[in-house]
Amino acid sequence: MNILVCIKQVPDSNKVEVDPVTGVLKRNGVESKMNPYDLYAIETALRIKEKLGGSITALTMGPNQAAGVIREAFAMGVDHGVLISDRKFGGADVLATSYTISQGIKKSGTYDLILCGKQTTDGDTAQVGPEVAEWLGIPSLSNVSKVTELKAGSMVVEMDMTHEIEIAEIEYPCLLAVDKDIFIPRLPSFVKKQETKDREIRVITLADLEDREEKHYGLNGSPTQVQRIFPPEVNNHREVWNGEGSELTGRLLSKLKELKFA
Amino acid sequence: MNYKRLDQNDLKTIRAIIKEEERILYGEEINEEYSHDELSDTVSYPDVVVKVISTEEVSEIMRYAYENTIPVTPRGSGTGLVGASVAIEHGIMLDTSLMNRFLELDENNLTITVEPGVLLMELAAYVQDRDLFYPPDPGEKSATIGGNISTNAGGMRAVKYGVTRDYVRGLEVVLPDGKVVEFGGKVVKNSTGYAMKDLMVGSEGTLGIITKATLKLLPLPKKAISLLIPFPTLEKAIRTVPFIIKSKSIPTAIEFMQREVILDAEKYLGKKFPDSSADAYLLLKFDGNSTEEIEKDYANVAQICLEQGAIDILISDTNEREESIWKARGAFLEAIKGSTTYMDEVDVVVPRGSVNEMVEYIHGLYKEVDIRIKSFGHAGDGNLHAYILKDDLSEEEWENKMKAAMDKIYGKARELSGQVSGEHGIGYAKKSYLMESMDPATVEIMRGIKRAFDPKNILNPHKVCQM
Repeated sequence: MNILVCIKQVPDSNKVEVDPVTGVLKRNGVESKMNPYDLYAIETALRIKEKLGGSITALTMGPNQAAGVIREAFAMGVDHGVLISDRKFGGADVLATSYTISQGIKKSGTYDLILCGKQTTDGDTAQVGPEVAEWLGIPSLSNVSKVTELKAGSMVVEMDMTHEIEIAEIEYPCLLAVDKDIFIPRLPSFVKKQETKDREIRVITLADLEDREEKHYGLNGSPTQVQRIFPPEVNNHREVWNGEGSELTGRLLSKLKELKFA
Repeated sequence: MNYKRLDQNDLKTIRAIIKEEERILYGEEINEEYSHDELSDTVSYPDVVVKVISTEEVSEIMRYAYENTIPVTPRGSGTGLVGASVAIEHGIMLDTSLMNRFLELDENNLTITVEPGVLLMELAAYVQDRDLFYPPDPGEKSATIGGNISTNAGGMRAVKYGVTRDYVRGLEVVLPDGKVVEFGGKVVKNSTGYAMKDLMVGSEGTLGIITKATLKLLPLPKKAISLLIPFPTLEKAIRTVPFIIKSKSIPTAIEFMQREVILDAEKYLGKKFPDSSADAYLLLKFDGNSTEEIEKDYANVAQICLEQGAIDILISDTNEREESIWKARGAFLEAIKGSTTYMDEVDVVVPRGSVNEMVEYIHGLYKEVDIRIKSFGHAGDGNLHAYILKDDLSEEEWENKMKAAMDKIYGKARELSGQVSGEHGIGYAKKSYLMESMDPATVEIMRGIKRAFDPKNILNPHKVCQM
């Protein structure tokens, strides 16, 4: 089984601040880490490899320092690494990003299974995975919360659709975007980190791609125009009522009705 | 000592002092939880529980109790493990949990002044939000800071940062006769007479009632990385600890744990631990200002562990990974408790160099005494927690086997120049072991100190050094 895992480097903070004037994310001074959802994708790949054998490639797109997450994937047990990196890829929206990644995937090899995290903790769109599948012309499933069965030409998975669990069988080659807790991700190993510290990471630039038309990449290839980024309003409104239990119960019920919660 | 039994008249006076009826619990209103603490089987109800909210209230109650020779037992969250907060002679229980205000954060002196009812988790979060750090980190985060001071709680960062005592700068204390005194202060150095503040720390509510505490803070380390190190056997894991200590790199914590306890914690939390394939683990934590600095720090230790037979070194370097490990570590006590019908604990501490010998001794003991014993603990500071489990034993079997196991463990600790308690205290349950291990002359001095503070012996009687 030839497995590809798409991963991303994100800021290591739950509180990314937005510059109120420019509307740009303040990334200075914030350490980075692997998108937490991608750890589940890597763990899923490792578990499948443990059962079926094969090899796992981790692929990321970003500046040179994004190679850090590939090194981390190596320390978890991933075999190969690919970094898609070119200044001309900068400023890409989800459409241009997924196109660039799909081009990079085509260049890097052929895979039976492509795994992604459900979403990233910085962009939070959950769109890149399925869009990559569209560009590659392969089927995809999102919110995958369980791998039920691995067959020769297909696999059976469960998807957590909030209100119900959907079970589906999907044929290879395919793409799965996995949910958190599908497996508990293993920790990176110091021993593997030492062993792989000189392992080569293949770098793919615009010049290596099948489609070298600059207009299709980066800011130029992005139809999305960001008007403004702002932190959501925090609603801290509270009311404190004092009184007898019976009286407060009635008041609570009418309040809930008023707010259309009951 | 003949104590006065609380009557309606006394209750009337208490009502006059406290003024708010809902802060006084009397007779039937006293919830069962006030009759015991979290673990020991010491059970006794107070006659009245008073939820105090100010130093003045504590002082007035104490003055009245002193004049009338009514016993008083102070209590925080009741998370103690040795019965120190149980009202053996009944009387008045002073619940300080409503005294939970943050009084002053002094950024010029890096101190914080709080009331005793502030919870450890509230304190940790409060200072962390301001880029500051209160290092003591006992597993029980819902304990009050007053309780932590009363037992001189240690916790998981003691290897590098020390224990609660090292972070207490000053205390406001109500003496048994109601007088209010201050011990210590915001000063860094202090050679002014006897170390009264240090006498209060660890006194388990027998000398006075802490009503305010000024604590030392540190700047918050920017980054922490833990190493979870699997070993094929407990022996191999624990024998590595002296090498780590000798290596002169200082982790904040060196903990050891066995697979069984991890599985208990997984069951208790309903969440998988990142690794449970090995028989035993060491868990090391390092902190510092950057990932690079910490990586340099731990490289040497990682090498030592591999040389001593570690299977691998697993790296936890993000908040999510840290939480998955340390949350489980923090739940070990509750998890073990959930795996049996009843248990008793040993909290011995031995010199750090002998920790492997002590752990191996306890590990071998279950065969000798034929009783299930689970242990985990702070390998780096020599403080071990061993839990003796009752399971399906009859009362009689349990009493005999538990006593036999305890005697052997405390005996071994003595042999290794250790002490009865590392951080849980003596309270009511461990008095006999203290008496066995301590020089009678020292016990006499302790009793003299108690008499000097509390000549009528009304404050938390029958605890620590009193029979």
